[in-house]
Amino acid sequence: MAKFFAITIFVIAIVSAIPILRHTWWMAEDISTHGAPIDEQMSETMAEAGISFLASQFILGYFIWKFSNPKPGDKIKTFPGGAKAMVWAAFLLVGTEVLALGVFGVKAWANVYFTPPAANAVPVEVQAGQFAFYFRYPGPDGSFGPIHPDMINEANQNFYGLDTDHDADSKDDVVTAEMAVPVNREIHLIMHSKDVGHSFFVPELRVQQDFVPGMDLSVHFTATKIGRYEIVCTQLCGLGHYNMKAYLSVLSLEDFDAWMKKEKAMQ
Amino acid sequence: MHDTAHAHVGQHAAPTSFIRKHVFSLDHKVIGKQYYGLALAAVLIGMFLSWLMRLHLGWTNLAIPGLHLLTKNGAPGDVMTPEFYLQLMTMHATIMVFFVLTTAPFAAFGNYFLPIQVGAEDMPFPHFNMMSFWVTFVAFLVLMSSFFVSDGPTLGGWTQYAPLSAVGQVGGPGEGAGVVLWALSIAIFCVGQLLGSLNFITTTLDMRTRGMSLWRLPLSAWGWFITSVMGLTAFAVLMPACILLILDHVAGTSFFVPANTVINDQMQPHSGGSTLLWQHLFWFFGHPEVYIAIVPGMGIVSHVLITNMRKPMLSHRVLVYAMGALAVLSYMVYGHHMFVSGMNPVSSLVFSFPTLVITIPSTIVVLIWMGSLYGAKLRINSASLFALGFISMFIAGGVSGFFLAQPSIDIMLHATYFVVGHFHLVMGVAAMFGIFAGTYFWFPKMYGRMMNETLGKIHFWCSFVGAYAIFMPFHYLGLAGNVRRYQAFAPEYMQHLIPLHKFITIAALFTGAAQLIFVYNLFVSRYKGEPARDNPWQGTSLEWSTPTTPPPHNNFGDKLPVVYHDPFQYGVESSTGDYVMQTSPEKAGPDDEA
Repeated sequence: MAKFFAITIFVIAIVSAIPILRHTWWMAEDISTHGAPIDEQMSETMAEAGISFLASQFILGYFIWKFSNPKPGDKIKTFPGGAKAMVWAAFLLVGTEVLALGVFGVKAWANVYFTPPAANAVPVEVQAGQFAFYFRYPGPDGSFGPIHPDMINEANQNFYGLDTDHDADSKDDVVTAEMAVPVNREIHLIMHSKDVGHSFFVPELRVQQDFVPGMDLSVHFTATKIGRYEIVCTQLCGLGHYNMKAYLSVLSLEDFDAWMKKEKAMQ
Repeated sequence: MHDTAHAHVGQHAAPTSFIRKHVFSLDHKVIGKQYYGLALAAVLIGMFLSWLMRLHLGWTNLAIPGLHLLTKNGAPGDVMTPEFYLQLMTMHATIMVFFVLTTAPFAAFGNYFLPIQVGAEDMPFPHFNMMSFWVTFVAFLVLMSSFFVSDGPTLGGWTQYAPLSAVGQVGGPGEGAGVVLWALSIAIFCVGQLLGSLNFITTTLDMRTRGMSLWRLPLSAWGWFITSVMGLTAFAVLMPACILLILDHVAGTSFFVPANTVINDQMQPHSGGSTLLWQHLFWFFGHPEVYIAIVPGMGIVSHVLITNMRKPMLSHRVLVYAMGALAVLSYMVYGHHMFVSGMNPVSSLVFSFPTLVITIPSTIVVLIWMGSLYGAKLRINSASLFALGFISMFIAGGVSGFFLAQPSIDIMLHATYFVVGHFHLVMGVAAMFGIFAGTYFWFPKMYGRMMNETLGKIHFWCSFVGAYAIFMPFHYLGLAGNVRRYQAFAPEYMQHLIPLHKFITIAALFTGAAQLIFVYNLFVSRYKGEPARDNPWQGTSLEWSTPTTPPPHNNFGDKLPVVYHDPFQYGVESSTGDYVMQTSPEKAGPDDEA
């Protein structure tokens, strides 16, 4: 039975690794300028974790095979090097791995979070609420009008609580249900939740960031490939959580301008 | 090390009435069995809920016959509604994390065996101990009662992130009374675990019999002791957090809800709260909780393995230090649950470092187990199979921790099935395997009968292959961006993952059904199993030296045992064979102090 167990472990380890090696189910193609170090970090971690996984499962299986069903005269043996060898191995192998991953990981993270958005980044605001995203563009004046939470009224389609009668900045704001951005231009996304916690996840963009009610956050990114992508909510926000999504269109500059004109006309 | 005068602290006369013997018992052994019974009932409910969820995830519009009986509004035409799915998910997780993974490996086995392994008659505060179980039982009833309130249990997930959990009914079905009952249940549960932890710590430090130094405690006892220290600090943070959450509901406070919260076009009557505060309080408990679930399993598995390898671990002390290091580090890593939560991104890096470092003691534990297997005389039985399976699962679940410890990769994997696969393998399946190993190993001592080995092995094979078939694909789903906590996969990019979900559902139904073999074995062996000898596995620790099996009311009869040896004297030549029991004055080997 021990041999059968060992073989089962070998088979499970190999079968588990095949979809990873073949990328049968894998991350979506990266369309961001900051995503490459993240993907590289993922590949390196996958290689290190994969080798650790396969090696340790194989050794476990082999030892089970070799050291079970002892014969009556067999004596126990101690691993040469004893516990010291194990502690050293853990510190050296895993310690180095951890240090390397940690150090390189800082770079990938810093790329996303420790650089300010460029001065000419296109500002877009996203508001999350149960169970939809709405997007706001500041219009020609370049500034967003203030939000009046008490004026939020979905029936009147005042999703943001804007007072266009009194706030000059609000007059030219464009509110949309879909997000569109020009390709190869940096986007400065300001994130605002009107009710509970939500999250903004676009796998292709390598962006995932929670909304924090009571606190506006911002992220910035540049999309490099024209196309239509999905924005999904990843923070449990209530019964419609699974269906809280929106589309992100990455457009050429001309198409983006045309889209903006059309949206503006619909306000 | 203490003399017998000290060890009589927990002494109480054997009960005579049925109620004091089996219901409100002061005997740690009965309390341990009660905890086990509660965990068994809870795990069956939790597993049943997961079956319903899996069926729904594989076939979203499937009518599950009779489903409407479980809910008032959650299953029109026996098809699960989105909110009912989330309610089942929340209850599945809460039941499993609190009432199974905390109660079975720690409270059940620890209660039964810790006092015996230290050589005591009972725990020092038997009334606290009894209270700890009954308080936990009440907590379970309170949680279950939320199935019967008007709109059912809470749907906010076991993490109950605010403000969804704090805004009340307006947040959705179950977010009113459901959340209050959830928070009340968990707060009560915390009281039970605090009482239990106090008893465990005092038992280990003050109740050891003559000759039982700390280093002579077996590894299972070390596992429970370390866990009890974690329990004392972690539950002490969760309890006030739950009380604050209840106050936000019933007393009009705003601990977790900020100003200007608008739901259904209505401004909520709250101001000034912090949503991240809840996450900090919750995860300060939540991460140690992972180790509360797994460290007792590590101790149990070490104990079971040593006995079945017929040799001690490469180093007893290194294992203890490594488990201790896990416990200490577990408080410093909690922020890795919050990398993309909106907390300061510098904090993410600060929390990432100890999270990566915690892999070192984990690796040491695994390498010590594997290095000890080298040159062993390994016996294959149900208990050792599950112990070895534990190692395999712990490795499989552990390596995915490398990914989740890194904030940059977490951008892709956070809140996906990758995380769900990771924690199910490492704190779910591995911890369950620890419980199974402990059950097959100690059942003979607890009930005086052997469990059926053939059924035990069938149970193992189905569980081992089945658990991999369920949880490995979770990682693939996560890599492909499959978000967790979705009742159906609405985004287009997830459509191609649905066949994989169907496969997982079939694997889950099969593996779950195999657990019924265990339940059958448990009940049949309890009454019809082959009678067990006092020391069926040729063990060395004190539970195998009791005068009767199961042990008498005061564990050791008239005289407390005296300990002469380190706990695991195997692979020696002695009058009994290849081992010397802790209570035997016989010299075991050249290094032995006796």
